Amino acid sequence: MAGTQETQDQVAEITGEYKYGFVTDVEMDMAPKGLSEDIVRFISAKKKEPEWLLEWRLKAYRAWLKMEEPDWAKVNYPDIDYNDIYFYAAPKSQDKPKSLDEVDPELLRMYEKLGIPLREQEVLAGVEGARKVAVDAVFDSVSVATTFREELKKAGVIFMSISEAVHEYPDLVKKYLGTVVPQRDNYFAALNCAVFSDGTFVYIPKGVRCPMELSTYFRINAENTGQFERTLIVADEGSYVSYLEGCTAPMRDENQLHAAVVELITLDDAEIKYSTVQNWYPGDKDGKGGIYNFVTKRALCKGKNSKVSWTQVETGSAVTWKYPSCVLAGEGSVGEFYSVAVTNNLQQADTGTKMIHMAPNTRSTIISKGISAGRSQNCYRGLVKVLPGAEGVRNYTQCDSLLVSSTSGAHTVPYIEVKNPSAQIEHEATTSKISEDQLFYCRARGLDEEEAVAMIVNGFCKEVMQHLPMEFAVEAQKLLGLSLEGSVG
Amino acid sequence: MSVNSMLSVKDLRVSVDNKEILKGLDLEINAGEVHAIMGLNGAGKSTLANTIAGRDDYEVTEGTITFAGKDILELEPHERVGEGLFLGFQYPVEIPGVSNLNFMRTALNGVRRYRGEEDISAADFMKLVRAKAADLKMSADMLKRFVNVGFSGGEKKRNEMVQMAVLDPKLAVLDETDSGLDIDALKTVAEGINAQRSNDTAILLITHYQRLLDYVQPDVVHVMIDGKIVKSGGKELAAELEEKGYADVA
Repeated sequence: MAGTQETQDQVAEITGEYKYGFVTDVEMDMAPKGLSEDIVRFISAKKKEPEWLLEWRLKAYRAWLKMEEPDWAKVNYPDIDYNDIYFYAAPKSQDKPKSLDEVDPELLRMYEKLGIPLREQEVLAGVEGARKVAVDAVFDSVSVATTFREELKKAGVIFMSISEAVHEYPDLVKKYLGTVVPQRDNYFAALNCAVFSDGTFVYIPKGVRCPMELSTYFRINAENTGQFERTLIVADEGSYVSYLEGCTAPMRDENQLHAAVVELITLDDAEIKYSTVQNWYPGDKDGKGGIYNFVTKRALCKGKNSKVSWTQVETGSAVTWKYPSCVLAGEGSVGEFYSVAVTNNLQQADTGTKMIHMAPNTRSTIISKGISAGRSQNCYRGLVKVLPGAEGVRNYTQCDSLLVSSTSGAHTVPYIEVKNPSAQIEHEATTSKISEDQLFYCRARGLDEEEAVAMIVNGFCKEVMQHLPMEFAVEAQKLLGLSLEGSVG
Repeated sequence: MSVNSMLSVKDLRVSVDNKEILKGLDLEINAGEVHAIMGLNGAGKSTLANTIAGRDDYEVTEGTITFAGKDILELEPHERVGEGLFLGFQYPVEIPGVSNLNFMRTALNGVRRYRGEEDISAADFMKLVRAKAADLKMSADMLKRFVNVGFSGGEKKRNEMVQMAVLDPKLAVLDETDSGLDIDALKTVAEGINAQRSNDTAILLITHYQRLLDYVQPDVVHVMIDGKIVKSGGKELAAELEEKGYADVA
């Protein structure tokens, strides 16, 4: 079809991705299962990486070998056999569904409820050949992406895959990669450093307010970033960026283990707002399948009066291990963490944040809302740490847990370490069961039981949801309702 | 059961936690009528209201409830609302984080969907709700606030009346809507109830004071004692109750 070809050409021109992209490369290659130095070298070679990056990966790999998988989180899962994982693998085309008819009807029902057009559904569900369709289907997005790229270029903003950035901006990448989450930070971070597949690189130059919200959705090559995603965002002095990660629609995903690393750096007076909606496959009602999401996200507020704000809505994954944190190293810098974590059926989430106050007059706010349904376990784990030299620190923490079922668990594990007496630390926590009176009141006004639960839960999460960018917030609200379906009783 | 029958309750027996509260209750309400059920605390008035609305844990062990010719005992609470039933709460519930507007719009759309109608547009909804709120002297600010959160007793009851007006039910069961109101709030609430009166609608007032009935004239007054209606009469029965007390009237 001429139209499709035209679109493809256009996309190829715009991105340079379609012709030489990672995707087509990958389809031809596959490394054997398991992890070794050879595999790390193979990955690096495949991506034609410079020597320094290979060395960096190898250093991480060697560190990883000597580390142990953490077991302190309140999550249980069978041992992971790291020799049974493909660390560099093409999506196996023979496993792809041929059409939507072969896709899990549950997934399709969810797409329908979220109002996703048919062709986009095919892409999300990984239907064979859908990428070509995708390029065509996202034509609107592509045109958005074009104007988008031009506008960003004008502003001097760099927004590309990290693999590209390694080649195009090696100095920047080299300067910042691993400075917030070093190779030997923790077991999963080390693993990521050794084998990271792809991810995003963003650089906002001095004094620039990024003219639009950056969303992975508009990055054409956002697909196939794989299970070891790596993101690096640098906001130079006086700059601002809002970054949206994720998509409210669940992607069909065969990878069970995900270990991403996200590093944020703000220089003087800079601000990064990072919003996540995580909706990966949570497994079925009996806890079969589902993603293990072991993520290390950390921000370094390096500059004076800089600010990082994390907002997350976590509804997916079978097991979540995630603590987006802020190291407040610049005087007067500000860290914020707004979180909604919903668990249903047999999901387990151990999530929270760390606010490390290193410099004077730093401030942090933590608002966490945990909702447990089904037979799930939901744990908030947070650390507020004030170092001796940090005068005049303030922190406010509020952790609320809502139990939707009587068979689920809510846990709050706050750690507070204060080494400077001038600090003002406030901590509030509540746990409650969803109220029968509220449910009946809603039902007696015409809401069915699931709508009633969704409405009450959305109200409970209001303080967090209002920090999400507008369009995201509306979808995230729908998503909360969907995640809690079948949870009543 | 007449052709005009709005609500027909026959030999209704209801248990809560295995304790029988309603013990064979009969009640017939026709379209166009306002009935008042009066009784002391513990007589089972609220149990009747909750049972009609379909609350869980109110176990109907015997009898029938027919609403506008339809057996509603097997219907979920929201389906009963869709059929045209409204329950005004004795203690309206607070829902933090949910704005009154959002709550009412979700409720109205739930009802419209049940009836196979389209969702109301945002503009039409705002027009409707502003008009109803103005009738009941509710400020625009209160519409934006979280449902009943921080509302005074009177404001909560007024909010119930606005919700009723927006949903425009065939039958409104108002459980102690008059309790805890000062005289001005009582008058406003009474105006709301009177505005809901028509030849096609019916209202069941549940109360243990006569004073609401000074502003809303009932067609029939029932006296309820120990899970049964023991006496029915005209509005003069309410005055008699006030004067002589329940024991003597029954």
